[in-house]
Amino acid sequence: MAAHRCNIFMLVFVLCGLTYVLVRAEIEDTNHVKDAESVAVDIAPKANIGASLRSTKTEDQTQAAEEERQWEAETNPVDAPSDNKADHVHDTMQNLDSRPAPYVKDQTQEAAEEERQWEATEVKEADHVPDTMQTPDVPPPTPAKDQFQEELVIRPLHSGDIYASFQFRTMWDTDFLRGSKVSHYRLFPKSLGQVISKFSVRELHISFTQGYWRTMQWGQPFLPSPPGAELWVWFQDTVTDVDGAWKELTNVLSGIFCASLNFIDSTNTVQPSASFKPLGLGNVTDQRFLRYAVLPREIVCTENLTPWKKLLPCGSKAGLAVLMKSEKLFHSSFHSQALHFRPVCQDWKCKSTVWELRQTLNVVFDLHTSGQGKREWSLFKMFSRTLTEACPLASSSKVYVDVTDNPQGELFELSPTTPLLSQAVVLGDRRTYSVYDLTNQATFGQTRSLNMLLRWRAAESGDMLRPLLHGERYVAGYGLQTGEIHTLMYNNHPYRAFPVLLLDTVPWYLRLYIHTLTVTSKGRDNKPSYIHYQPSKDRLRPHLLEMLVQLPPNSVTEVTMQFERALLKWTEYTPDPNHGFYVGSSVISALVPSVVAMDTNSTRECPLFSSFFPCKEESSYFMRVYTEPLLVNLPTPDFSMPYNVICLTCTVVAVGYGSLYNLLTRTFQVEEPSPGLAKRLANIIRRLRGVPLL
Amino acid sequence: MLQAKAGQFFSSGHTNNWAVLVCTSRFWFNYRHVANTLSVYRSVKRLGIPDSHIVLMLADDMACNHRNPKPATVFSHKNMELNVYGDDVEVDYRGYEVTVENFLRVLTGRLPPSTPRSKRLLSDDHSNILIYLTGHGGNGFLKFQDSEEISNVELADAFEQMWTKRRYNELLFIIDTCQGASMYERFYSPNLMALASSQVGEDSLSHQPDLAIGVHLMDRYTFYLLEFLEDIHPASTANMNDLFKVCPKSQCVSTPGHRTDLFLRDPGNVLITDFFGSVRKVEITMETINLTAPMVKVTSHIKCYREELTVLSSRTKG
Repeated sequence: MAAHRCNIFMLVFVLCGLTYVLVRAEIEDTNHVKDAESVAVDIAPKANIGASLRSTKTEDQTQAAEEERQWEAETNPVDAPSDNKADHVHDTMQNLDSRPAPYVKDQTQEAAEEERQWEATEVKEADHVPDTMQTPDVPPPTPAKDQFQEELVIRPLHSGDIYASFQFRTMWDTDFLRGSKVSHYRLFPKSLGQVISKFSVRELHISFTQGYWRTMQWGQPFLPSPPGAELWVWFQDTVTDVDGAWKELTNVLSGIFCASLNFIDSTNTVQPSASFKPLGLGNVTDQRFLRYAVLPREIVCTENLTPWKKLLPCGSKAGLAVLMKSEKLFHSSFHSQALHFRPVCQDWKCKSTVWELRQTLNVVFDLHTSGQGKREWSLFKMFSRTLTEACPLASSSKVYVDVTDNPQGELFELSPTTPLLSQAVVLGDRRTYSVYDLTNQATFGQTRSLNMLLRWRAAESGDMLRPLLHGERYVAGYGLQTGEIHTLMYNNHPYRAFPVLLLDTVPWYLRLYIHTLTVTSKGRDNKPSYIHYQPSKDRLRPHLLEMLVQLPPNSVTEVTMQFERALLKWTEYTPDPNHGFYVGSSVISALVPSVVAMDTNSTRECPLFSSFFPCKEESSYFMRVYTEPLLVNLPTPDFSMPYNVICLTCTVVAVGYGSLYNLLTRTFQVEEPSPGLAKRLANIIRRLRGVPLL
Repeated sequence: MLQAKAGQFFSSGHTNNWAVLVCTSRFWFNYRHVANTLSVYRSVKRLGIPDSHIVLMLADDMACNHRNPKPATVFSHKNMELNVYGDDVEVDYRGYEVTVENFLRVLTGRLPPSTPRSKRLLSDDHSNILIYLTGHGGNGFLKFQDSEEISNVELADAFEQMWTKRRYNELLFIIDTCQGASMYERFYSPNLMALASSQVGEDSLSHQPDLAIGVHLMDRYTFYLLEFLEDIHPASTANMNDLFKVCPKSQCVSTPGHRTDLFLRDPGNVLITDFFGSVRKVEITMETINLTAPMVKVTSHIKCYREELTVLSSRTKG
């Protein structure tokens, strides 16, 4: 009997032990989710164990949610709480026994604070940006079809002027190459889309400029352009008759932009072999599909701005384009509007291409004509408008003000202030910008309008970074028979030499003597390593000269060429020939060494103005410089001479020859006057009598 | 009721409006000719003709000329009261493109195939066209850009070509030059009405200079024409007789002339907006209209009725 009782007790003890072991195992299972709840689980009565287990599980989740909320509150307005459970564990361990305390400053927190001020556009701080917040193998979401971004950059210049650059980018996600006809246009302008698909255009770059960019006073522009109109196009390699397509394309574009681009024909079109390589994707480098033409005489006025504005998705009704009023824009030292169309990668993986349309407008307002001599600029003073809203169709709409020379605000004062700052490496220099985000309603403040004001405190301004590459051009000589073209290229780098590509297009009526071509640097001959010369044909084709010249450091390279002026046929003269004939600007393209490491990652989110020219290596950046156009007088006849000659000839013939003819052929006969009545009667009687008459 | 009214809708016979506005002078001192053309452009646009139906030819650029103290503006009144250039202007032919050949090609429609639509006059036989020319002229000719001329015979022949090709319904020709009446002497095609600012032997004079800009801003005839047109709105009922009275000799110093013998309608019945505006004839009514049943059904009813009658008659007979 006792043995039986002992056995029963033993059995119960063993059962309890087993239960205890099982319970411990479960608790340990739950512990890896919530260490914090590793409160010692006592061997509770069996009835409570399940309940307590369940309750700890739910408490886990609520506690986790609470911790999450604390984390979010501490790091406002940073991105969403991470999925990374390790972080939670780490932090909640710290908050274990105390009340939810103010956050502990650790590395991720600091980075979050910095992010509040800085946008993710930097190069060096990449490791500080909390990329650990997102797992690296998740790509950013693919952009929606047809995107539109707009931005305005305001850069005060050292001469007191101010430079404003608008950039509008429309991305067009379509596949018209495969023959499928595009019938639906959303943000991309339909008039341009139809032209591009009809003529199988791969890249199109057109610019209209009034004025000349003064590199030495203003620095480098974001997007250079020559005075007049410039058009260069890369066609697809499926086009069979490139010349015919080019002729039709220029006519269609002249209708769209209200410009006389139909004057582009074979006498001013060239096919450069080395300059003007494609700026977009693709490895089409056969120059047969490239055409380049420039019309230096072309004027830019409101009639060119009106259709250009109509290509924007919001037109000129909303967003940054409301600032474009022609009365202010054309009352400036420099005005350039351009359109660039090219294929680019859609995202960082570059699996598909989208078509990018960039519309840019660069304008430089003069201190004395627009600024009335006072060194104080505001949006209202420049454009006679203020900003009230962003374009609703834009995914990003920003205004950047260059404050690099003003880190502590000692040079000028910028109001309204903005907490957002951005750094970008552009044109070989690291610049800092204050950013106004127009998609954020708070930017407009109480007055619902944004009018930036820059007021200068000091009278003097700091030193300007000397532009590394600069070009000049002029005509030398006297008389109307011969002359000489001089092109000067300045390399202002103190110790680095770099090669430049010079492109010259000279009309056929200036007959170049290529045997007189000389290239000298620092007094010595500098032989170009590559020369491509295509001579002109009268009335058919212009001269094309391309040279690759190595510019020694800190030097001036001079290229000279002699020419002879041709006599045109009298119908070929313009209605105002005494004004002169224009020769288009020379183009100097170079990879200039950079003092700051350039950003080669082209798919990162960066401001539009710093991402136009593709960057292949970190130590140099691409730059294009245009020289002045030339104005050359040709021997001009006096067009009133045909009238004068006719008058003179007729007078000479009538007076001189006529008198001589009369003298030689005229005979004189004496004629009696007719007699009176009485005499006549007497003569009749005498005749009857046969007597001689009276 | 509606049938009778429908007849009135198409009384003038035109369904669309076009305008060809040409300034033929080059150089800064001919600022007034560009201002003339732009004021007519402005009136025509204001009264409803869209840019796609206007062919504007300006031989020189005054607005963005470097001599202009106020860039991107062209004023018609002194003290810079009215900027006729505006913010929404589309010039189709500019600079060296304004030649006699291009003008005649636009009128007759014989343009190279690659010419864009905005540079074409795509009128048909129901179009009313307004043609306005200004510049320097003489007895029987008009000077283009100081290097060539168009004669009145050429112009008359061009209009005859347009008539033969059915390119217009009615045409109003206005010219503001010296001895302008000589330009319409040779017309011989039907449905042409012409106005000129001066008779043969007279000079058209300019109106007033502006001391800030430094040139004369407008010609007298077009200045008073602009004042007259500013009072016209799309619903106005002013007719051509009012237009003939614009700028009498006391204001214009020259004697404006007009020619209506080739025009089939009486000028008193021709509205100004027939040429200067693009008026759509719309009548708004508040009453409901009961549509009658379609004709087909009625005839079938008649047929059935006749069949019934024959059946009945046969029955009655038989």
